[in-house]
Amino acid sequence: MRFERREHRSVALVIATPVLAVLCALALAGVLIAVAGAPVMEAYWRILVGAFGSRLSATETLTRASPLILTGLAAAVAFRARLWNIGGEGQFYLGAIAVAAASSHLLGGLAPAVQIPLLLIVGAAAGIVLLLVPLWLRLRFSVDEVVTTLLLNFVAVLFVSMLIDGALKDPMAFGWPQSQPVADAAVLPKLLARSRLHIGLVIALVLAAAVHLLQSRTVFGMQSRAAGLNATGAVFAGVPLSRTLVKVACISGGLAGLAGALEVMGVQGYVTKDLSPGYGYSGIVVAMLANLHPLGVVLAALFTATMFVGADGMSRSMGIPSYIADVTVALSLISMLVGVFFTQYRIRR
Amino acid sequence: MNALEFILAGMLAAATPFLLAALGELVVERAGVLNLGVEGLMAFGAVLAFIVVYHGGGHLLSFVAAGLGSAVLSLVFALVALGFRANQVATGLAIGILGQGLSALFGKTYESLTVKGLPKLALPWLSEIPLAGRLFTQDIVVWLSLAATLAIWVMFAYTKVGLVVRATGENPKAAHAIGYSVTAIRFAAVAFGGTMAGFAGAYAAVVYTPLWADGMIAGRGWIAIALVVFGTWLTGRIFLGACLFGAVSLMGLAAQATGLDVPSQVLASLPYLVTIIVLGIISADRRLLKLNGIASLGEPFER
Repeated sequence: MRFERREHRSVALVIATPVLAVLCALALAGVLIAVAGAPVMEAYWRILVGAFGSRLSATETLTRASPLILTGLAAAVAFRARLWNIGGEGQFYLGAIAVAAASSHLLGGLAPAVQIPLLLIVGAAAGIVLLLVPLWLRLRFSVDEVVTTLLLNFVAVLFVSMLIDGALKDPMAFGWPQSQPVADAAVLPKLLARSRLHIGLVIALVLAAAVHLLQSRTVFGMQSRAAGLNATGAVFAGVPLSRTLVKVACISGGLAGLAGALEVMGVQGYVTKDLSPGYGYSGIVVAMLANLHPLGVVLAALFTATMFVGADGMSRSMGIPSYIADVTVALSLISMLVGVFFTQYRIRR
Repeated sequence: MNALEFILAGMLAAATPFLLAALGELVVERAGVLNLGVEGLMAFGAVLAFIVVYHGGGHLLSFVAAGLGSAVLSLVFALVALGFRANQVATGLAIGILGQGLSALFGKTYESLTVKGLPKLALPWLSEIPLAGRLFTQDIVVWLSLAATLAIWVMFAYTKVGLVVRATGENPKAAHAIGYSVTAIRFAAVAFGGTMAGFAGAYAAVVYTPLWADGMIAGRGWIAIALVVFGTWLTGRIFLGACLFGAVSLMGLAAQATGLDVPSQVLASLPYLVTIIVLGIISADRRLLKLNGIASLGEPFER
């Protein structure tokens, strides 16, 4: 048996791959559920009910999907250009704390129509700054950004934890380490009354479409993909590599920072240490599940949010730890990586 | 005990998880493979070890379980990245997330439970030296890790096995041409790296801080990966780097004990910042990287 490169990749195969990967992961996770001694089909049914069974759970799933779309896009844009931005989590937190600081100290008096856009820019800028540091290290000193972006996550989270326990600590929070709240004028409008769902979802969807157009229809998009496919070749073809990577970093870091900003302004209102249940890291998974396609990111984020919200509900009623969601999502990704291989190669005997 | 004594006494133990995982990753990278899943492999090994010790299986069995478990998980990486030629960065991240997910899943019912660690063994005479003697009272795993460091250095410097592994990383086509199976060697290297990461996780969970908390590896797997670059793929430098990081990770505690008025978060972020700065200094010297770097690192091998 050997593998042979396919002449062309059929569209049906490319679309079927993630679906098969997810099914495969669900089957594998089913084994774990069965080992834990629970009925597998009922567990999956409970996950589905937990994620979409009521108005509350459905809006919750969409609320969870919004930041995942943004962090997923952040990873997808960067990975396309082979800029390994593993720092989404830190950029998310820095975006969040920047918004909390700006709204409670500087811009709090402004009207919503002015303040909200300004704060979103502040959040995105904070994320960008955190990604430009490792990019500068890569361009100037050729330091591999995989390790540096990741290590900066820990630094950023510690920095935020220092601020919310110090300079930005809310004196009204009974000693809990949490930041001062954003001004009332900075709270994002809700999409549905009596839910946590806010316009962040719309912003995320619009940005997904925008990123898709940017990548498929513009010179910059072509250059960023060329940088990812073959950096040396791209340079020979006249692609300004450094400049392209800086732009990519601005989009990627900006999206992750924006995700943090929206989470503070739309959901929680202030920053705590557990603002993100790993949105930055999950974003990487989302991007790869989507095979780095911006529109696929939306679907992958929805799947991931479904698993996480659904597994919470399932674990309450069936006593299986909700971490089964993490495992299922990771297994989907591994199946996806194998699946991608079979879209590129065929088996010959 | 003053701060210096405290650091001298604890440095080697604090360095051991870094050292074990970094030695494993060194062998993997020397064979030309980049496995970024170390954090997850460590977490998986840690939870397995903790479960074994908690249920009375003893420390020896816990290390065996952790080593085997993480080796199996690392073989999944090898299968996907080497067998199916998936991108090694993506696959490593996926395995890392899987390992952390599995560790959280299995460890759920053990949250905040504690077990007994290992006794410290004092080397006769050496441990009686004033001040420096503190270095010579360590648990058995620390001593074994030092032995492993020496063994790996000897392997790469003097043995045929070491030469073959290096050849696989430097020039897989040549290694293949003279009759070595590049894929088999890389699988073996990845499994070795997995085993070492499992040991590292086990040490962290049942010896160094013998209690279970989700996320207890806390980035040490990533620092181990950084250490391999930090040490420019040389065993001795990786050992020194691990000691440095062990010391830095204790500095936070030591400084607080001396009443230094610095937020604990600043001290806690020192190891990460130091790694980034040192990576900058080392990578800036291209000659150094070219001389010691692995030529085919991260590239899939096709006949």
